[in-house]
Amino acid sequence: MSRWLALVPVLILATLALYFAIGLRTDTRTIKSILIDKPLPAFDLPAFPDDGKRITPETLKGRVTLLNIFASWCITCRVEHPVLLKLAMEKRAEIIGLAWKDKPDELKQWLEELGNPYATIADDRIGRTAIDLGVTGAPETYVIDKKGRIRYKHVGAIDDYTWTNILEPLVKQLEAET
Amino acid sequence: MIRLALLLLALTLSCSLARAVEPDEVLADPALETRARALTQELRCVVCQNQSIDDSDAPLARDMRVLVRERIKAGDTDDEVRAFVVARYGKFVLLSPPVEGDTFILWLAPFAITGLGALAAWAYLRGLARQPATAAALTPTEEDAVQRKLDEAP
Repeated sequence: MSRWLALVPVLILATLALYFAIGLRTDTRTIKSILIDKPLPAFDLPAFPDDGKRITPETLKGRVTLLNIFASWCITCRVEHPVLLKLAMEKRAEIIGLAWKDKPDELKQWLEELGNPYATIADDRIGRTAIDLGVTGAPETYVIDKKGRIRYKHVGAIDDYTWTNILEPLVKQLEAET
Repeated sequence: MIRLALLLLALTLSCSLARAVEPDEVLADPALETRARALTQELRCVVCQNQSIDDSDAPLARDMRVLVRERIKAGDTDDEVRAFVVARYGKFVLLSPPVEGDTFILWLAPFAITGLGALAAWAYLRGLARQPATAAALTPTEEDAVQRKLDEAP
């Protein structure tokens, strides 16, 4: 009996090691979206620049799109921007922008200075649609399937690695769906 | 000196009471505002994550404070407001997670561990109690041996 008791500390250590092995490798900063596989929440936003068109979830149906939450005040968006430009120029993805709480003149200047990778930009000036989407910061990118459902959310800037390894395979898979 | 001490005390106290809520966010009806404060204190700021939206200066936290107050003004109950936020950000935004299937380990673990500890303590103490309080007396042979050792002393 007492001989088995000596194993107790070893067992406790093993349990702790297991917890740390899982806990330290898990990304706890990123809040997982609970809207995955759900349709886009209802929204009705003006386009930017405002040409009278309204952007709604219907606008994103019928093909696979990336819905990119960005803003001119967002520093990381500036880092992500060249990657998006390249994707748009090479026609690898259709990117819909959602300008989150941006000022029109600053947004305009940002696009003129850096280029515009967006097929369409929805202007969410009060930030209510961003909250409906469960946005926790910018940039964030939602992969929207042909039926207008959210299939994946990437938190933070898209770089070559995330595009090649996560987003591109997913986009291809979703494009194969009917 | 005393004045300085009082001033410092006043400053310290006011610091602990200061919140991120701006005057323009406060609802006119004190009863509704009290509910809003209580609710926003239990909702997590998704930017800073270990602060409530009542505490946080993040712009998104401010937007969510305003949103919570809007829902309350629109006549939502506290549970409806919570459900509204959870529908967008998941249960993670509740600083105090509800007791449910996937959280019961979280809630139960402290009691289980305390129980195990109590059980171990009880077993240990019972073991102590079972041991004879005084050692058995020496046998005559042992007495002789002790005596012989003592006699050997220089």
